[in-house]
Amino acid sequence: MNFALNLLSVATISVGSVFFLAGTLGLLRFPDALSRLHTLTKADNVGLGLVVIGLLPLAHGVLGGLKLVVVWVLVQLSGATVAQLIAQSIRRNGPSA
Amino acid sequence: MIVQTLDIGLAALVLTLAGWTVLAQATFPAVVSYVAYGLLLSLIWVRLFAVDVALTEAAIGGGVTGVLLIGASSKLRKAALSATEQELTPPLRWAIATLCVLATLALATVVLSLPDPSPTLAPEAVQNIAATGLGNPVTAVLIAYRAFDTMLEKCVLVLAVVGVWSLASDQYWGGAPGAPGAVTWDGALAFFAQLLPPLGILIGIRIFWIGADEPGGAFQGGAILAAMWMIIMMARLAEAPAIGERWMRIALAAGPIVFLGVGILGFVAGWGFLAYPAGFAKPLIIFVEIFMTLSIAATLPMLVAGPPIQAPRP
Amino acid sequence: MSAATLAGLTGALLAGLGLYGLIIQPDPLRRILAFNVLGSGIFLLFGIIARRGAVAGALADPVPQALVITGIVVAFAATALAVALLVRLSGETSRVDLRAELSGQTRGDGADD
Repeated sequence: MNFALNLLSVATISVGSVFFLAGTLGLLRFPDALSRLHTLTKADNVGLGLVVIGLLPLAHGVLGGLKLVVVWVLVQLSGATVAQLIAQSIRRNGPSA
Repeated sequence: MIVQTLDIGLAALVLTLAGWTVLAQATFPAVVSYVAYGLLLSLIWVRLFAVDVALTEAAIGGGVTGVLLIGASSKLRKAALSATEQELTPPLRWAIATLCVLATLALATVVLSLPDPSPTLAPEAVQNIAATGLGNPVTAVLIAYRAFDTMLEKCVLVLAVVGVWSLASDQYWGGAPGAPGAVTWDGALAFFAQLLPPLGILIGIRIFWIGADEPGGAFQGGAILAAMWMIIMMARLAEAPAIGERWMRIALAAGPIVFLGVGILGFVAGWGFLAYPAGFAKPLIIFVEIFMTLSIAATLPMLVAGPPIQAPRP
Repeated sequence: MSAATLAGLTGALLAGLGLYGLIIQPDPLRRILAFNVLGSGIFLLFGIIARRGAVAGALADPVPQALVITGIVVAFAATALAVALLVRLSGETSRVDLRAELSGQTRGDGADD
């Protein structure tokens, strides 16, 4: 049971880090700022969610797992807000901003 | 083996980001990479088993300093930089680089030749911690063993605020500074600033409270509370307070004054200046820490907001 | 090589990088950035000394940790004051320059506008 849980954790965290890698690849390779923003917010949030799911079996009790989920929600919230702000700034000042 | 790779990878990332901060061509990428550098540096602090320092570095070193520098880089973008670059000819640059390499080698030699049973104060710190009632040795050092340093640090913060305020023009003294970052009204930011602060204030108070027994403390909790206030000001949900307001000045001065008051109380009551009586130490420490957190939460946004830019309203 | 030694060597390199940036960069804001890099490198040196002082009760010597926390806060205060000075200087002279007097540049002495 423990071994199966650990294996699940490792697998989920690995898939999560693949998403992070994909997001970074998009950041480096996409042509303009808006599409780069798109990859960052989508891929990084999914990656972080998978990493959090993978860490939940290893957390210290229910409260520790709840804290991890709160971290994920806060990162999504702040990531979404910053993406909106950057997109507004790009729309106002042109793509060179 | 895996842990070694993690350490080497972290060190390489941190050095790359620091190199980019120092050597980048434009200013804004340098500031952004400094913020990322601060956050990764806090991971190195976790690897050194100094979690309190990691929290402080992430909150103050990475977060609040980042806000300050990003605001500064946008304010200074319009100012022209006079052409001083050509004063540094390539041979001079090489000489300076050699000097810095020598400094690095000297520090590295010190690192590699530290004495092996290294002298440490940890046994004394841990032995005497029961008398203070705390569980976290770093908090005990900050508030009990080296309370004088911490009190002086609070005074330094107040002096820095006074220094920043004194840069205002004479007719603006007593007025309000601009919002830190001076962001125009934006729906997404206003929504965020309504959603996050309740949770953030809870988290800040919890991190301050838990600092007595686990990693945390007044500085880290106070920095999170300061960040919540800065978000509210940046989203224009509340304006920056005028520096002449009485509650603002009391909030800023409360930390050092209470700390000094407790110290003088100790001197008067006979158990020594800035010492605590056995059996009553923890309540006094928590009392001092509450006002320290309040002061830090008031000071950091005022330092970022800068000097007043409008005349005081009568 | 333990994590602590690697962190100490990283701190030494950061201190060297920061020092180089502090001397080379003409722009004062970049100098402030390099000064912060230098400071955090020195703090990492404190960190290795703290870690090597580990003993049965504590995983790291708490006294250097407390010194570093104090140092981070004071460094932030100094950075804030430096940035405020810089912004005020650029507001007054509409340029960012640390050289004292430039020929032909006169502003009213003491008259605030």
